Amino acid sequence: MEKKFEITDLNLWYDAFQALKNINIEIPKNNVTAFIGPSGCGKSTFLKTLNRMNDLVEGCKINGKILLDGEDVYGDIDVNALRKRVGMVFQKPNPFPMSIYDNVAFGPRTHGKRSKHALDEIVETALKNAAIWDEVKDRLKKSALSLSGGQQQRICIARALAVSPDVILMDEPTSALDPISTSKIEDLIFDLKEKYSIIIVTHNMQQAARISDLTAFFLLGELIETGDTDKIFSMPKNKKTEDYITGRFG
Amino acid sequence: MSKFLKLLRKKWFDWLLKIALRLAAVLTIGVLFIIVGYILIRGIPTLEASMFAFKFNSDNQSMFPALISTVIITLISLVLAVPLGVFSAIYLVEYAKRGNKAVGVIRVTAETLSGIPSIVYGLFGFLFFVIFMKWGNSVLAGSFTLAIMILPLIMRTTEEALKSVPDSFREGSFGLGAGRLRTVFRIVLPSAMPGILAGVILGIGRIVGETAALLYTAGTVAQIPSGLNVFTGDVFWQDSARTLSVHMYSLYREGLYIDKMYGTAVILLLLVIVLNTVSTFIAKKLTKK
Repeated sequence: MEKKFEITDLNLWYDAFQALKNINIEIPKNNVTAFIGPSGCGKSTFLKTLNRMNDLVEGCKINGKILLDGEDVYGDIDVNALRKRVGMVFQKPNPFPMSIYDNVAFGPRTHGKRSKHALDEIVETALKNAAIWDEVKDRLKKSALSLSGGQQQRICIARALAVSPDVILMDEPTSALDPISTSKIEDLIFDLKEKYSIIIVTHNMQQAARISDLTAFFLLGELIETGDTDKIFSMPKNKKTEDYITGRFG
Repeated sequence: MSKFLKLLRKKWFDWLLKIALRLAAVLTIGVLFIIVGYILIRGIPTLEASMFAFKFNSDNQSMFPALISTVIITLISLVLAVPLGVFSAIYLVEYAKRGNKAVGVIRVTAETLSGIPSIVYGLFGFLFFVIFMKWGNSVLAGSFTLAIMILPLIMRTTEEALKSVPDSFREGSFGLGAGRLRTVFRIVLPSAMPGILAGVILGIGRIVGETAALLYTAGTVAQIPSGLNVFTGDVFWQDSARTLSVHMYSLYREGLYIDKMYGTAVILLLLVIVLNTVSTFIAKKLTKK
């Protein structure tokens, strides 16, 4: 498998608190990789280091190496260009308070696309890829806030797709959604992995088992075990992993 | 038995609280209605065409020049104070590091400044703009003084408005690769606009209602500031002028035209309503984009 991210000896501190300890992992291209683990184990923190969203957190210190296609993410790199390549979908749907169209067009406009025709096309493709086009095509000028939570989250996914990223990071994208919306988004993730590398943080182990190809288990800032999802869930090598996935704690 | 008593007491308490709350609401609204009603009843009958004569003289006691001056002074003060206040708030909330010492100092200073009586601003404006800058009693000196007076207000309200914009909007924008400038101007500012506008309206209220600070600085000349010649340096903002509030104060002090003071109050009330409507309209236009 071709690798997308290569992380070596990553440590991260929030002031004096060490949130990540010696993380080493490779993340392959065009796969779904799931991060699981109990709350506060560092999985979201780790996700956010991949597109440097942690830069916004004060007192956050990082050492170690993160390579994206062989390029050092924390080296001499344009952060905005990095975030264009590595898109993000957040836990709570966070569409901007503007129309559906403007939400999806915000990214492309940021990166210099101005022509109406080109934007129309990008918006339509992104909405189609996010499996929401049919539901909103007649009301693109309506506020995105008028949609339901599940629709909003798919708008956010479309918004991330519109800047044509390579990687999409998803931070518990379905935790605020009902089961029907959740299954729609899971189906969507399955389709998206053909074109994108997807990394998803989830609390829901059934979800990880359903949609991911690889799973990484985090505990107290350490990466305990990583491997094929089938193997992790059927015969974990580490006792802690086994305890967690069988529900003995967490 | 005791259970019954407890229930009874609870019912009583509920009832009492309900009455108290209603009373508070009625009193508050009542006071407002009494004031507005009193002004209208006393003021409207005194209004006559001569009070809107283009030129003021001691017979007509025209408020028209004061009306124009009020609008001019309000506009100049806002043009000076709003951008400065809004931009400094943007700096404090979006750019300065949280926990930065200078930010704390600025915040305390702004809070202190907003508590200073306006006559102290007037004294400062008089000493600095009128005397030291040699601007004399003028629209400009008055506007600068008022701008300084409302600056902390604009800054504080904008700061609160910016802080109330959820961080998830900022994250969403940064996550798409937008820089800080674009995030602030395209995402944060439009969402904060209603709050900022509330600050501007409060600012307008303070400007229009101000007398003490203006007596020292803009003076009390009751003509329209009308110098037009930029080349000789005789521009309208160098003339002394009185706002409606100062006009009212003068009428009251002279004691000869108390009834006309009420007429002026009616117009002042209307002006405030018009200014607020206009600024709401402008803000709506801005938010839509």
